[in-house]
Amino acid sequence: MAAVQWRSSGRNYDAELQRCRPEAALVEFGDYHPLKPIMVTDTKTRRGARKGSTSSSSSSSSSVPPDPLSSLLDGTDPLSMFAAASASEPPAMSHSASTGDLGRKRNEKEEEAVGPDFEPWLSKRGEILARFTTTEKLSINLFMGSDRVKAPSPGSSAVSEKVRTRLEELDDLEEGSQKELLNLSQQDYANRIEELNQSLKEAWASDQKVKALKIVIQCSKLLSDTSVIQFYPSKFVLITDILDTFGRLVYDRIWTMCSDPRPLSDSFTVDDVSDTAKETCLNWFFKIASIRELLPRLYVEAAILKCNRFMNKCGIQETLPRLTAMIRGIGDPLVAAYARAYLCRVGMEVAPHLKDSLNRNFFDLLGAFRQIGSESVQNQLVLQRVEVPEYLTLYSPAVNWILQCIAYRAPEPLLTEMMERCKKLGNNALLLNSVMRAFRPEFVAARATDFIGMIKDCDEAGFPKHLLFGSLGRSLACADPPESERLTILNEAWKVVTKVRSPQDYVNCAEIWVEFTCRHFSKREVNTVLADVIKHMTPDRAFEDAYPQLQSVIRKILTYFYDFSVLFSMERFLPFLDMFQKDSVRVEVCRSIMEIFIRHQEEPTRDPVILNAMLHICKTMHDSVNALTLEDEKRSLALLIIGFTRMVSFGRDFEQQLSFCVEARATFCNLESVLVQLIHTVNQLAMETSRVMRGSHSRKTAAFVRACAAYSFITIPSLSSIFSRLSLYLLSGQVALANQCLSQADAFLKAAVSLLPEVPRSISVEGKHRSSESFLLDFINNFLATLLVVPDHPEHGVLYLVRGLLNMVQDYTWEDNSDAKVRVYISALPLLAAMSQETYLYSIPKVDSNETLYGGDPKFLSEINKLCETLIGQILDHLKTLCRDEQSTRRQGAMAFSLFGVLLAHGDLRNNKLSQLAVNLWSLSHKHGHCEPRVSVRTLEYIRHQAQQADMTHLSDTVQRLALQSCA
Amino acid sequence: MSVTLDIRLKRANKVYHEGEAVAGVVLLVCKEALQHHGISLNMEGLVNLQLSSKSVGVFEAFYNSVKPIQLISSTIEVAKAGKIPGGKTEIPFEFPLNTKGNKVLYETYHGVFVNIQYSLRCDMKRPLLAKDLSRNCEFIVHSQPQKAKVVRTPVNFTITPATLQNTRERSLLPKFLVRGNLDATNCVISQPLTGEVMVENSEVPIKSIELQLVRVETCGCAEGYARDATEIQNIQIAEGDVCHGLPIPIYMVFPRLFTCPTLETTNFKVEFEVNVVIVLHDDQLITENFPLKLCRV
Repeated sequence: MAAVQWRSSGRNYDAELQRCRPEAALVEFGDYHPLKPIMVTDTKTRRGARKGSTSSSSSSSSSVPPDPLSSLLDGTDPLSMFAAASASEPPAMSHSASTGDLGRKRNEKEEEAVGPDFEPWLSKRGEILARFTTTEKLSINLFMGSDRVKAPSPGSSAVSEKVRTRLEELDDLEEGSQKELLNLSQQDYANRIEELNQSLKEAWASDQKVKALKIVIQCSKLLSDTSVIQFYPSKFVLITDILDTFGRLVYDRIWTMCSDPRPLSDSFTVDDVSDTAKETCLNWFFKIASIRELLPRLYVEAAILKCNRFMNKCGIQETLPRLTAMIRGIGDPLVAAYARAYLCRVGMEVAPHLKDSLNRNFFDLLGAFRQIGSESVQNQLVLQRVEVPEYLTLYSPAVNWILQCIAYRAPEPLLTEMMERCKKLGNNALLLNSVMRAFRPEFVAARATDFIGMIKDCDEAGFPKHLLFGSLGRSLACADPPESERLTILNEAWKVVTKVRSPQDYVNCAEIWVEFTCRHFSKREVNTVLADVIKHMTPDRAFEDAYPQLQSVIRKILTYFYDFSVLFSMERFLPFLDMFQKDSVRVEVCRSIMEIFIRHQEEPTRDPVILNAMLHICKTMHDSVNALTLEDEKRSLALLIIGFTRMVSFGRDFEQQLSFCVEARATFCNLESVLVQLIHTVNQLAMETSRVMRGSHSRKTAAFVRACAAYSFITIPSLSSIFSRLSLYLLSGQVALANQCLSQADAFLKAAVSLLPEVPRSISVEGKHRSSESFLLDFINNFLATLLVVPDHPEHGVLYLVRGLLNMVQDYTWEDNSDAKVRVYISALPLLAAMSQETYLYSIPKVDSNETLYGGDPKFLSEINKLCETLIGQILDHLKTLCRDEQSTRRQGAMAFSLFGVLLAHGDLRNNKLSQLAVNLWSLSHKHGHCEPRVSVRTLEYIRHQAQQADMTHLSDTVQRLALQSCA
Repeated sequence: MSVTLDIRLKRANKVYHEGEAVAGVVLLVCKEALQHHGISLNMEGLVNLQLSSKSVGVFEAFYNSVKPIQLISSTIEVAKAGKIPGGKTEIPFEFPLNTKGNKVLYETYHGVFVNIQYSLRCDMKRPLLAKDLSRNCEFIVHSQPQKAKVVRTPVNFTITPATLQNTRERSLLPKFLVRGNLDATNCVISQPLTGEVMVENSEVPIKSIELQLVRVETCGCAEGYARDATEIQNIQIAEGDVCHGLPIPIYMVFPRLFTCPTLETTNFKVEFEVNVVIVLHDDQLITENFPLKLCRV
């Protein structure tokens, strides 16, 4: 078989190209074209729009093909349309909803009644829990029924059996036990309360309604206990959760009682409610009305306030004022304030239109304010060692909430009236603070100067002033005060803020005011503010406890100053960044800066200030990478850094750009994808140079592109991914060739070839192990295509690189049972055939390929042919081994067919032996019937078509034999 | 073989007035057909009187319990002896709530020494080897609304050390002044007791202000009569040292069953009172008593 003789068929690429090219059919404007309908309509609408807005001539607008993407974006995009539709759509589903999620559904509906602009309790909840904490030990005191006065029952006949059992049940549910849990930590306390919440649900589910009620009563009783007063707001939150659960359970139960046979509509009236349901409801109210203690009676009734809907139309309207008045009976002002907050909350949920009781609540609150100064309160504070300012802040969640309820969609005069009332109370700072927090920011902003005046007048000893300024700042961050007053406001506010002693208090307040400063002032003021923050936070490393606030400062600055030349020209910005000394925080800050940079930096920059600073920031991010860093983390960091390097451009100063890349390489050596990007950048730089020089390098630029090649050559080995190395070698080799750096190109390609044996048989792709074979084949094919234009090295033999590659392929340990090696051989044949042409298919300008080097030297040609023959021999040997089983015959057929294809396209079939070989291969590929008949038919058609051409007549002979074979 | 017997009244709240008909069904649920010797239904209204051991001594109290007074009693046969098919059987019934002679149907009241109770009792006689079944069901009678109009006259009160009776050392008492008013002492039973109380000043901090509802039951018998006051409920209206000068609402719902319109008969009396109790920080009690007259309109 070794006697196969290779003759490459001569090709005239130009002629072939001409033949293949379909006749250019000119499409007349207005003719049918598949893409046309879209374009026509778009052009029209756009043209119309443009005429209106700009004065460009209509001819130019019609010649510009409209961009289909942008035209799509002109209209409303489907997503936002969808969102808009769903927002306006009324929740019609709630009627048919099952009882299970009714509570939730109804809740949604309520929210609607209040409107989405009302900040819900839920968002306050977490804030309160996080803010009011304690390290002191807490206790829960649960008297399960022991304090209930037992009705004296002298004779069993006196009380009916049923009533008696009821009473007993009430009394002895837990055997009249008094449970007192002492020494609970805050977490234990919360857990206990959650347990109670669970047991409430369980009791309810197992139909122990009395037990459920008792749990609720006991829990609300806990609210009258003000020991560990710092924790009171959080306790309130935890316990009102239970009350909410209870209210929901009762309401849902009565609701389901009426839902037979069909569910009640959400807007039901009293007449729709069945008698049994009404009776049950009434029972609850009677039961609650007989609760002994004031506080549980109040809270529990408030919790089931909504159930009044079942009883009568104006029940809620009558109950709310009554409960409001009832709160007057609570002596402790803090307990009373929170009870009011709860009532307002329930009121807002159930009947947001009843504003009167809200106002009533507030006025009562004001009336009871002098209680704060009363002896009993003061004694308590002394006992618990709580300072007055701290005590006063305990009120703010409750007062804030009440005021928020009042201020919600309230008319301006009402707000003014409220403010006047607060003023009358001697500028009570606590109230002032709540007013600023709860009222509309616009309202506050318009009177900012007034507020500052009031804050100044406040008593030093009471509510901390920095909190007042904090609240003011928060309002001003959302709404703009009159322009003329802005600077005064800032000055006045900062004067106070800067005097705050405690770094924590200071930074909390400063953080808020940074937003106002950024919003209305230039970098100079912001810089001053930053300087002040640095000054306050540096002593004693106070910044260590304030990272979240400092981070927020950075975020706020970045939202307003995203022009990085301005940003970095603030002298204090970088020193500010230096305060982030904890690694994780610092990286996070750098990351957020980079994100903003990538989003907003549109033009490439060469500004040394920006570059230096950004390089510093990126270096920080890069330096955080260590062995433990997650792959994902690395990737996102690398992406950010790459985003930065892409934004660096020195214009025509290529050398500077290269030296930047050198620096970047040194800086970011741990992130591989950054290095890859840098190599690409340098390659691009080389090509850019060649473009500028229009292909012919001067001595200086030639040296420069060689430097680029050197850069790539020494960078690539440091990559660990073998395929990035291979492809970068190849790419850099191509770039080097394009820039006439022959020896560099040679070195790249040689390096690639010598790297081949190291390619592992399997690589991990996205965490999974996969065979590397297909990647390797792809690469080799790509490589072969490049080899056509690489001229032979004068000192090495003919086809040095091709031989080198094929040797490597032969020695490579391929997978068992794999045809990969033979596939490489088959694909090497077209290359060799292409090399033996007189003019090559493609070439690189200003580089002489082998065609010119050898000029069609017969020795060169015979060398090629010999190589081909060896390859074909190897291929045929391999084919012979494949005949054992079904699987291998299938592979045999496929490979025989592809070799046949190569022979047909590149072999000179005038040669009898070759044509005989082709015929044999054809029959071999069809022997086992694994061949796709359609492909065979099309191949035959192609050959027949080819045979009609003048110099291809010999094919008709071959095709005859093939056709016969295929028929047989 | 299980069978359940139940009485279901038509009205969910089980409240009836004189002259109305108590209507409902006897509900029988059994798996298979059931043989029985007749089902009867009995309606009865009774006043039970009990002498308190405090006023007559333990043994007398035990032996001398006064005979119950029957207010109404009637029996009907719901079903003759026979068979009830398996499954759920409902037998409707109706009792006219009418008294015989000049007897009055007093309102249902569950007290300590006086109990006024109305009940339905359903009995099913069953053949040998099976227990007879019986079921009780209480229903509530509200007396006829009062004809005369209730005139609500507010009552003002002031409590100072000087107004107190029953104190040993008036001079030891701390100074205080509490003013208040009740909107009325002749109350409609279905409406709450309302009013206001305001602490004008107090030397000692106040711990709690409570409303104590008290029943006063009088039983007459051969040996004389016994009068006893016991607490029905105690409702706290103020907790802790309340703000001085701020009126605190007085509000109490009269509990059902445990209260009824004030009742005065030849044999017994049921009256009610309310105490406004102020507990001072040193646990001293200051009580102001108001007799109430409850009625139904």
